[in-house]
Amino acid sequence: MIRDDEAATERRITCSVNGERITATVPVRQHLVDFLREELGLTGSHIGCEHGVCGACTLRLDGVPVRGCLILAVQADGAAVETIEGLTESGEIAELQRIFVARNALQCGFCTPGMLITAAELLRRPRPMTRAAIREHVAGNYCRCTGYQAIVDAIAMAIEARLTAETGGGDR
Amino acid sequence: MARPNAAYLAAGSGCYTDDIQLPRLVHVVFLRNPLPHARFSAIDTAAAAAMEGVIRIFTGADIAKLCRPMRAELRNLPQHKPIAQMPVAIDEVAWQGEPVAAVVAHSRAAAEDAAERIEIDWEELPAIADPGAALEHGAPLVHSALASNLAFVTRIENGDCDGAFAAAVKTVARDFDFGRLAGVPLEPRTIIADYNPADRSLTVYQSHQSPHLMQEIFATHLGLPQHKVRVIARDVGGAFGIKLHAYGDEMAVAAIAMILGRPVKFVCNRLEAFQSDAQARECRVSGRMAIDGDGRILAIDAELLLGIGAYSIYPRTGLGDGIQAASFLGAPYNLAALRASLRVAYQNKVPAGAFRGVGQPLATVVTEQLVDDAAAAIGLDPLELRRRNYLRLDQLPGTSRGGLRLGALSLGACLDKLASLMDYPRLRQEQRELRARGIHRGIGIATFIEQTAIGATLYSAAGLPITTQDCCSLRMEPSGVVRCAVGCTDQGQGTLTGIAQIVAGVLGVPIEDVAVSAGDSAGPQGGGAWASRGLSIGGEAAYAAASDLRRNILEIAAAVLQSSAERLDLRDRSIVDAADGAPRLTLKELCALAYYRQDLLPPGGARELAVTRQYTPRTDPYFVANGVQASYLEVDVDSGWIRLLGHWVVEDCGRVINPLLVDEQIRGGVVQGLGAALFEHCIYDSEGQLLTGSLADYLVPMAAEMPDIVVAHVTTPQSGTALGIKGVGEAGTVGASAAVWCAVNDALRPLGARVSRQPFTPQIVLEALGRVSGTGS
Repeated sequence: MIRDDEAATERRITCSVNGERITATVPVRQHLVDFLREELGLTGSHIGCEHGVCGACTLRLDGVPVRGCLILAVQADGAAVETIEGLTESGEIAELQRIFVARNALQCGFCTPGMLITAAELLRRPRPMTRAAIREHVAGNYCRCTGYQAIVDAIAMAIEARLTAETGGGDR
Repeated sequence: MARPNAAYLAAGSGCYTDDIQLPRLVHVVFLRNPLPHARFSAIDTAAAAAMEGVIRIFTGADIAKLCRPMRAELRNLPQHKPIAQMPVAIDEVAWQGEPVAAVVAHSRAAAEDAAERIEIDWEELPAIADPGAALEHGAPLVHSALASNLAFVTRIENGDCDGAFAAAVKTVARDFDFGRLAGVPLEPRTIIADYNPADRSLTVYQSHQSPHLMQEIFATHLGLPQHKVRVIARDVGGAFGIKLHAYGDEMAVAAIAMILGRPVKFVCNRLEAFQSDAQARECRVSGRMAIDGDGRILAIDAELLLGIGAYSIYPRTGLGDGIQAASFLGAPYNLAALRASLRVAYQNKVPAGAFRGVGQPLATVVTEQLVDDAAAAIGLDPLELRRRNYLRLDQLPGTSRGGLRLGALSLGACLDKLASLMDYPRLRQEQRELRARGIHRGIGIATFIEQTAIGATLYSAAGLPITTQDCCSLRMEPSGVVRCAVGCTDQGQGTLTGIAQIVAGVLGVPIEDVAVSAGDSAGPQGGGAWASRGLSIGGEAAYAAASDLRRNILEIAAAVLQSSAERLDLRDRSIVDAADGAPRLTLKELCALAYYRQDLLPPGGARELAVTRQYTPRTDPYFVANGVQASYLEVDVDSGWIRLLGHWVVEDCGRVINPLLVDEQIRGGVVQGLGAALFEHCIYDSEGQLLTGSLADYLVPMAAEMPDIVVAHVTTPQSGTALGIKGVGEAGTVGASAAVWCAVNDALRPLGARVSRQPFTPQIVLEALGRVSGTGS
């Protein structure tokens, strides 16, 4: 129960996080990524800049990739949140993750969850893409380690695999 | 081969330091001073201390009671007399962002709120940001205690430099200006210190490259027995040299944990990272090169000025960029003479320190740009000029004019391979054709020398407690799996995968049977990650340990099988007959016998399934890798925008254990060099106010602007080692900026313009073309 004098600083929210119903009382100023990391222990979303540039905290809110550092936890009230943990568990990005590892498209791994969630958008409705277009698509996710080429390769391979599976499926 | 330990990182299951939660954990936030140079007396913490959630507030004096100041002295450079740096400032601050108080609270947010309520009476002092201005007579002093801002002076003079310039047919000269860089690992510096008063033990979880170094430093500065300090680096989200230093705020966190007797966490935010992480490579160089009529480079003469910020960073000092920039000048070439003078200045800026390549990228830019200028001056193709002047094979091993001990190099072979890889003649033709249509493209070649695997001589002479050896402990488990603990660390380079491959290869097991651990000062002693040493040093230790373990396994097996070790071999998880490969006993069976049925083993002989070996380069002071890079780019002369079209690297790091990982090390390094050349710049106003405190202001390379990078290898195994490995971690960065410098100036040369101030922003390019006037900034 929130007292009136606290109403301005805390609010009760209910949301779905990786398919699980969560009800919590959160400070109104708390960012969604901090809520996920600190209150729910979902530490796969990383904090790199806290001003929306680096993309390390990218997660999905009602199916749309957002910066977890630019969204308040209270804005997730009534919404569905998906994090790297949920996308891993559901298997939605398993192929992309496998290719990232095989192509060594990650080094320190700190940008990787956000990078994968951004890249996964290209696999929802896969279409042939140029390398330049893939680079543009992930241009909001900072990676200091790889130089990006392996990431672009991995995404291109994942798109190719998805397209082959879709068009070639009937032949098998 | 991919990295087995990358899969859990891709699943979001990595455990970076901020992901660690401990019971009774509290959070510390630092109040940082807003002024580049100031004195302060009273700190009023009453209002802050009264705020909800606040546990305690510490000033510099509070911390100093427990933690000794930091003073980076090198025994072999006694003329460098750095002044002591307090973990948290007392009385005087010398750069904007220096910590002045620490607030401990139950949450980071509460601590941040309280920090804003601390009141300090500042007395602003004159500040100096520019390294040149800092050394002028009458310049404001960075510290009141200093007599001048001159931190260090040194000089190299080898050969008759004046004679060479007098004999020169042509002399070229250029003034180089390198902007200050930030390392920007994506995971900010993070530390949790946990002190147990009952047994006086300090456990530190730290995002750091060298846990053993920090164990030593925490023990020394906090007055603890070394074995009571344990430093653990779990997953580290990028480091690049930035996480190789001891930082005042992190020292203070450990002191606070000791005072409070509970775990304390500090996570640097991005603004703080720009205000307090070691920066690098702010350097000006006036260089000239003498050449004769046959296109022979005779001499290089250079004056270097390095700005290292307010303190010489602890413990390695901030001198590395300058010393390396001077001593690597002209290193690939057959020079008659080298003269280089270096001055190092204090300034009211963040202290500078190691960043991937340490000074070598600067030397490469200066050398290669002067080579290009010389080629243009005598009308010779820049590729041909390089080929004519490389050190000859019969001159190696030898010592460069700058004093570098060079082993076998493959400069000519790398250049030839590069020229064919990039199809140099075709690109030159394309460049000519496009130029006729008003499209300005440039080709830049950069030869580089990379100093890797630094051995016993460097820090021993300096008297620093920095180990250059690495240690590997191997132990067979009853299951037949190999436990492998090493002193080198891995921030994503893939070092631990390479170690596992080496061990697996010697023991005849698949890589998944080697469980590698690292990053713990309670584990085998080692230097961690710096100077491209992981596989070149740690790999040798692992190979030696695996070879000993193999011998032990075969001797036990010989006793059990009533054979001899020489007649047996290890293949496919089994002990087999060496002659025909017939399996005799599985490794698992042997290990189970050795642990659970010692009664069945005959007495005597080596019976141990655990071995430890150490390795450090001794015969060579370090291993020198080499290579050549090329950049192809287009300069838009209307907008000043530079578009990277292609980048090529031919590199010789000796034997390559894992080509997939080595190539990505090179590509990642190249992009850091490209960022330095084109985008990255810590900008301060003339009085030391940092203007680039966010990732929207300090521009790092993003995917859209970066080119694909073609990588190839020439292999010259390192002599005197078992595996022949040289380091590779910095190769990309060491050469990439120089390739861009040469390419941009190649594009601009027919227009009568040149750029010499890094980064080459559109403004700089347009100024060079005379399209806009200079900003003076």
